[in-house]
Amino acid sequence: MNAEQYNPFDPGLPPARARALPWLTVMAGSLVAIVPVVAIVPLQPPLGLLMLLAWRLIARFALRLWAAAPLGLFDDLLSGQPLGSSMLLWSITSLAIDLIEQRMVFRDFWQDWLIASGAIAFCLTAGRFVALPVGAHVDAPLTIQIALTILLFPMATRLVAWIDRKRGRNEVGI
Amino acid sequence: MAPARDRRTGFSRRRQYGAFLAYVLAVAGAVVGAVLLVASTFQPPAFAGLRMTLGSATAPISGAFVAIGDAVNDIPATIGHYFFVHDENARLRRELDQSRKLLMTARTIAYDNRRLRRLLAIRDRTPDTVVTARLVSSTGTSGRRFALLNAGRWQGVAPGMAVRGAEGLIGRVIEAGPAAARILLLTDPESIVPVRRTGDGLPAIVVGRGDGTVDIRSITTNVRLSRGELFVTSGTGGLYAPGIPVARVRANGADSAIGQPFIHPDTLDFAIVQRAFMPMPPPTPAPRP
Repeated sequence: MNAEQYNPFDPGLPPARARALPWLTVMAGSLVAIVPVVAIVPLQPPLGLLMLLAWRLIARFALRLWAAAPLGLFDDLLSGQPLGSSMLLWSITSLAIDLIEQRMVFRDFWQDWLIASGAIAFCLTAGRFVALPVGAHVDAPLTIQIALTILLFPMATRLVAWIDRKRGRNEVGI
Repeated sequence: MAPARDRRTGFSRRRQYGAFLAYVLAVAGAVVGAVLLVASTFQPPAFAGLRMTLGSATAPISGAFVAIGDAVNDIPATIGHYFFVHDENARLRRELDQSRKLLMTARTIAYDNRRLRRLLAIRDRTPDTVVTARLVSSTGTSGRRFALLNAGRWQGVAPGMAVRGAEGLIGRVIEAGPAAARILLLTDPESIVPVRRTGDGLPAIVVGRGDGTVDIRSITTNVRLSRGELFVTSGTGGLYAPGIPVARVRANGADSAIGQPFIHPDTLDFAIVQRAFMPMPPPTPAPRP
């Protein structure tokens, strides 16, 4: 942001809209499942999870701690996983990040990326065992999917940081 | 990142209770998720209504995207056709000459076939088409291979119907909403299709592997499956009409081999939904004691 563009007195969006915006971006990430591609191999990165992690790690009070469950329910309705799997896994991830935050108070971006990588690997691997029999041959695509999602995390954080800046600096969502 | 000062709740009772309630709700969300997961594991179609209502809302949107994509893709093809129309004409004339002879033979064989079947008194059932619609999206993030069909109960689609494309079998309907239906693709790890080999009628089953290929497992033992052999639906079980191409063997194997499905879901344009070939009879009421 340029110095002349920066206005410390910019009120930003009204509080209701500023609070709804993180929810909407995560749901938009889940809605990527409706793009008209009939995939043969499951390689699409779970963008809903990615956006949730980016919000959680970059702007931690943007989403309430319990927001992971309803957002996970919405993702379950679209993603084809058995209903409740994202709801459970995203809630666990959200609580685990909260625990980590109490230990690692001063973090930089690399540590955020590491935490997000762990969360992505956990959610996708657990989701695979929840949805598919153990003998299914999806482990190679799953590994590629995890790697792709981890590599997309910096871009998601850039996007989230940009949206968060547009929202304004009002203290919402304590 | 510096620690946020908002974590401390201070002496405010309201903020203390608020922070505590957030944790309670988060754990409750996880517990509800676990309960729903168990419920949907033991009874997969339990939440089909919810899913398919949302699907009915998203399928038209995906369908509109498909139409736009088709329009854009058609432009280079149209230009190409304009330039190569003469060569194509010559090629088609050659092919027509060749196929005319084949057609005569096939007509004779078809007549013989009809006559012999009538002699044997075989009752033929032809599967009737319910609707022709597009597959508009699929589950690209999940390991399950589902596709969303742009037609639902309003068009007469019901769970259990078979779905085929022009080249071969696509899968079957497992959930139907008002205007969208969910198709279990052939390559899903939980899809099983009874098939037979085209050459000798060897019975086998085709089980999805989850990575775009299928396992072809012979029912009898000591069987060689060699590369290029074709498998078509056998009609066993009454769901799929017999004779729909399913898969081709990709590598030699004994008793079991990896196969390549005939359909390429990423290039699908239209899917044909057919009524179950030989529907299950309604359950007989239990005799009253």
